[in-house]
Amino acid sequence: MFATARSQIRVLARDPILLALVVVIFAAILIFVVYPLAMVFLASLQDRSQWTLANYALIGERRLYRNALWNSLSVGALVGFIGVIIGYIAAFVLTRLDVPGKRLLHYLMIVPIISPPFVSAVSIVFLFGNNGLITRQLLGLMDFSIYGFHGVVWSQIFTFAPIAYLSLRGVLASISPTLEDAALNIGASRWQVFRKVTFPLSLPGVASAFLVVFIESMADFGNPLVLAGAAFPMLAPQAYLEITGSFNLPRGAMLSVILLLPSITAFAIQRYWIAKRQYVTVTGKPTASTSKVVSGPVKSFLYGLVLLFSAIVILFYGVIFVGAFTQVWGFNYTPTLNHFAYVFNVGFDTVKDTLLIAIITTPISGIFGMLVAFLVVRRTFPGKSALEFGSILSFAVPGTVVGIGYVLAFNQQPLILTGTLTILVLCFVFRYVPVGIQSGIAVLRQIDPSIEEAAQNLGASALTTFRKVTLPLIAPAFFSALVYAFVRAMTAISAAIFLVSANWNLMTVQILNQVGSGRLGVAAAYSVVVIALVLVAIIIINAIVVRMTRHMNMVRF
Amino acid sequence: MAEAVHIRNLVKRFDSPDSPGQSVFAVRSANLEVKPGELVTLLGPSGCGKTTLLRMVAGFEEPTSGDILFGDRRMNEVAPNRRDAAMVFQSYAIFPHLSVYENVVFGLRLKKLSADEIKKRADRVLAISGLTHMATRSPNQLSGGQQQRVALARAIIMEPRVLLFDEPLSNLDAKLRDQMRVEIRELQQRLGITTLYVTHDQIEAMSISDRIVVMNSGVIEQIGTPREVYAHPATRFVAEFIGKANFLNATVRDGQTIDVAGVPVPYVNQANAGDQLTVVLRPEAIALSDQGGDFPATVKRAMFLGNIAEYLIEVDGVGEWLVDSPNPGESGLFQPGSRVFATPSRAALHALS
Ligand SMILES: Nc1ncnc2c1ncn2[C@@H]1O[C@H](COP(=O)(O)OP(=O)(O)O)[C@@H](O)[C@H]1O
Ligand SMILES: [Mg+2]
Repeated sequence: MFATARSQIRVLARDPILLALVVVIFAAILIFVVYPLAMVFLASLQDRSQWTLANYALIGERRLYRNALWNSLSVGALVGFIGVIIGYIAAFVLTRLDVPGKRLLHYLMIVPIISPPFVSAVSIVFLFGNNGLITRQLLGLMDFSIYGFHGVVWSQIFTFAPIAYLSLRGVLASISPTLEDAALNIGASRWQVFRKVTFPLSLPGVASAFLVVFIESMADFGNPLVLAGAAFPMLAPQAYLEITGSFNLPRGAMLSVILLLPSITAFAIQRYWIAKRQYVTVTGKPTASTSKVVSGPVKSFLYGLVLLFSAIVILFYGVIFVGAFTQVWGFNYTPTLNHFAYVFNVGFDTVKDTLLIAIITTPISGIFGMLVAFLVVRRTFPGKSALEFGSILSFAVPGTVVGIGYVLAFNQQPLILTGTLTILVLCFVFRYVPVGIQSGIAVLRQIDPSIEEAAQNLGASALTTFRKVTLPLIAPAFFSALVYAFVRAMTAISAAIFLVSANWNLMTVQILNQVGSGRLGVAAAYSVVVIALVLVAIIIINAIVVRMTRHMNMVRF
Repeated sequence: MAEAVHIRNLVKRFDSPDSPGQSVFAVRSANLEVKPGELVTLLGPSGCGKTTLLRMVAGFEEPTSGDILFGDRRMNEVAPNRRDAAMVFQSYAIFPHLSVYENVVFGLRLKKLSADEIKKRADRVLAISGLTHMATRSPNQLSGGQQQRVALARAIIMEPRVLLFDEPLSNLDAKLRDQMRVEIRELQQRLGITTLYVTHDQIEAMSISDRIVVMNSGVIEQIGTPREVYAHPATRFVAEFIGKANFLNATVRDGQTIDVAGVPVPYVNQANAGDQLTVVLRPEAIALSDQGGDFPATVKRAMFLGNIAEYLIEVDGVGEWLVDSPNPGESGLFQPGSRVFATPSRAALHALS
C-alpha cells in the first residue's frame, strides 16, 4: 500500500507539471468545494456561538420545517417517477422506433435543458395563474389556484423530464436490437420481449435517471419559489428565506444540511451501485436498427405521447415569447416592446454582467474539466479517487447549500470574495464542472491510451501530449463541457442568488425579482434574451471547437 | 549509435485489480543483456509479462526494483519522453486526427528541427516504408498493413537508440504478417538499431531474432539463439512452447546409452547409471517404418498436411508420441490402426536438466 503510494509519488516527482497540476487541483477542490460545505455543517451546529444540536431539534418541533422536508421529498420522488416515465417513452420512441420528425422532436425534448430552469414556472403562471390564460380567460375559473403541490410538480416535470430523456436515450440506444430479435426468434411475444429483455437491460439506466431527476428536483429553487406559495413550504426556498428574510444563518444552514442528505445518498447510490451494474449489462455499439417490440397501435400511442409533450413544450415557450411582447398579461394583450426596452435600459448592466461571467466561466470550466478527466483516467497518483470524488461531488450538492457555504466561507479572512465577480465565477466553475469531467472521462475511456503513450514515446512532455493529442481527441466532450458551462452560468439561480450584489447581478435573479413583483412581461423578456444568448453561444462554441480541431476525423482504435 | 541495453534483476509487481491488497508479479527478476544492434525477441504465452517488461524499458511502467541501462546510463529515473526508445505499439496508436505525414514527423517537430531537415528525413523514411504517395492521407483511409508501416516509419524516423515492438504484426492477416516480418528484419539490420521485439508467435520469433528470450509467468526460462532454444531447450516449458515435443522418461544405463521402457537408446550423457532423465524428442526426429525399428507402435491418428504427414502413435508400453514424417507420398501414408515401428534419431535427443 505505502510502497505503491511511494512509487506513484516518484512517478509524479519526475513530471513536475503533472505534480503541480495535481497539487493545484487538490487545493482548489479543498478550498472551493469542501471548505464551504464544512462551513455549512459547522454553522448548522451553532447558535449564538454555542455548539448545539438545537437547530436540528427544530425539525421535530416545528411543523413548517417538517412539512418542508416532507414536501421536498415527495415532490422529488413523484417528479422523478413521472419524469422517468416520460423520458423513457420519449427515448424509446426517438431511438428505437421508425417515426417521422425524430430530429425535431429530439431538439424539442431538450429545449428545457438550455433555458432558465423556471421558464416553465413562468409559463404556468401565464397559463394557469390567477390571471391565467386557460384558467381565467378560457375556463372562467375564479377560485382555482395553481400554487402549491400541483404547480411545483407540473413545472418540475417539464423542467426535468428532458434530463431523464437524455440519459435514457444513451441507455436505450446501446441495447442491441439483435437481443430483442433473438428473443422474438425463440418465440417470445412482444410484450414478453419488452418485459424480459429490453426493460431489464435498461433498468439500471432507469434507476440512475430517477435518482438524477430526484437530485435535481430536491435542489430546484426557482420553480418552488415561483409556484410553491406560502402554504406549501419546501426546503430550498425555506433555507433561502431563513437567511435573507429572517437573517437566521444557523437555521438556513441546518435546512441546507437536511436538504443535502437525501441528495448525497441518491448520488452515492447512483454512482457506486447502479453505475457499476450499468457497465456490465449494457454493451455493444449503438445501433440504428429499429425495434420490433411494439405493435402498430402501441407505436402510434407512444408517438402520440411524445408529440403531446413536445406540443406542451412549444406552448410553454410560445407563451413566454408572446408574453414578452404583451402589455399586461390577463388584461391588455396589445403588442409592445416596452419589456425589452426595460431589459436593455434599466436592466442592461445585468445583461452585461451575466454575459461577462458566463464568458469567463466557460473556458475555465471546460479546460479544468478536461484536465481532471485526463488525470483521473490516464494518470495514477495518491489520492486519485478522492480527487475524482471531490471534483464531481458538487453535482450532488444543491445550489442552495453551495450558495450558503460560499457566503459563510468567503465573507471573512483570509478569503474575502463576497460581492465580487470572482465568487460568482468560482461558484459556477466548481458547481458545473462535474458534467464536463464526466463526459471527458467517458470519451477518454474509449480512446486507446497507447495513442498518448506514442506521443510521449516520441518525445512529447505531458503538457504537449495533452495539448496536441488528448484535447483534439476529446473535442466532443470538450464541446459539451463548454456548452454546459455556458448554459448553466446563464441560467443558474439557486446558488447564485446568495452571491449576487449591487455590482454584479444576474438575469436569472432579475427574472425571479420581476416575477415576485408581478411584472411577468419583463420576466418573459429576460427569459427570451437568455434563451437567445444561449443559442448564439452554442453556435459560436461549436465554430471554435471545429476550428480548433480542423483536421479531426474521429477514428477509434 | 547503436546502444547496448542491460536489464538487471528487474521486477514488476502490480496491485491485483480484482482483490485489493493482493499483488501479482508480472515480471520476476529478469536479467538480459542486449548487444548493440542486436534484435532480441521476448517470446511467451499471453500474460507472461512480455509487454510489462517492454513498457518498463520504454518508461511507461515504473520497475518495482531492478535496473534498466542504455549503454552505461541508468534509465530508471528518465521520463519516457526523454528515453529515445521509439516504440511500435500493438494497436499502432496512430494519431487519428493527423495525416500520415504529420504522424510520421510528429517526433521531429517536437525536437524543433529545421523544416528542411524534417522534410529530408521524412522523404527518406516515407520512401523506405512505401508511404510516399499516401503522405497526405488520413489514417482512417489506410489498410492495416499501411497503418503498421506508418507506426514503423514514425518510430525509425527518430533514429532512436533503441527500438521497441509490442506484437506489431498481431493485427495483420497471415500473408501480410510474413511479408512485414521480413521488412522489419531487413530494416532493422540495415539501420543497425538495437531492438527488443515482443511476440507470442514462435515462428515469428524464430525467423526474426538474433536471440530469443522465452518467458513464462514472469520468469525468463531461457535465452538463446533460435537454434539453441529449439535444439537445447532448458526446460520442459521451452520445449513445449517452441515447436512440438515428446517427453520420454528414461533411465541412464551408462555414458553412451539410456533405457526407454526397456529399449536401449544411444545417448551420450554425463549422468550416473540408474539416474532418471526426461528426454525431449522432436516429432520430426522419429522415423516410422512398417519394416522394423526400435519401438513397435499403433497409429491412432494420421493427417496429411502436404509437406508432412502428422501422426499420433501409441508406442507399446510407453505412451503417445507425435510424429512428423516428411514428404509423405499419397500411398505412403500409414492408416489409423496400422502397426508400425518408430525409431528416434540419435542426434536429436536432448535431456532436460
Ligand atoms: N496495470 C496492471 N495492473 C495489474 N496487473 C497487470 C497490469 N498490467 C499487466 N498486469 C498483469 O501482469 C501480467 C503480465 O501482463 P502482460 O505484460 O501484459 O503480459 P503479455 O504482454 O505477456 O501478454 C498479467 O497477469 C497481467 O494481468
Ligand atoms: Mg502483451
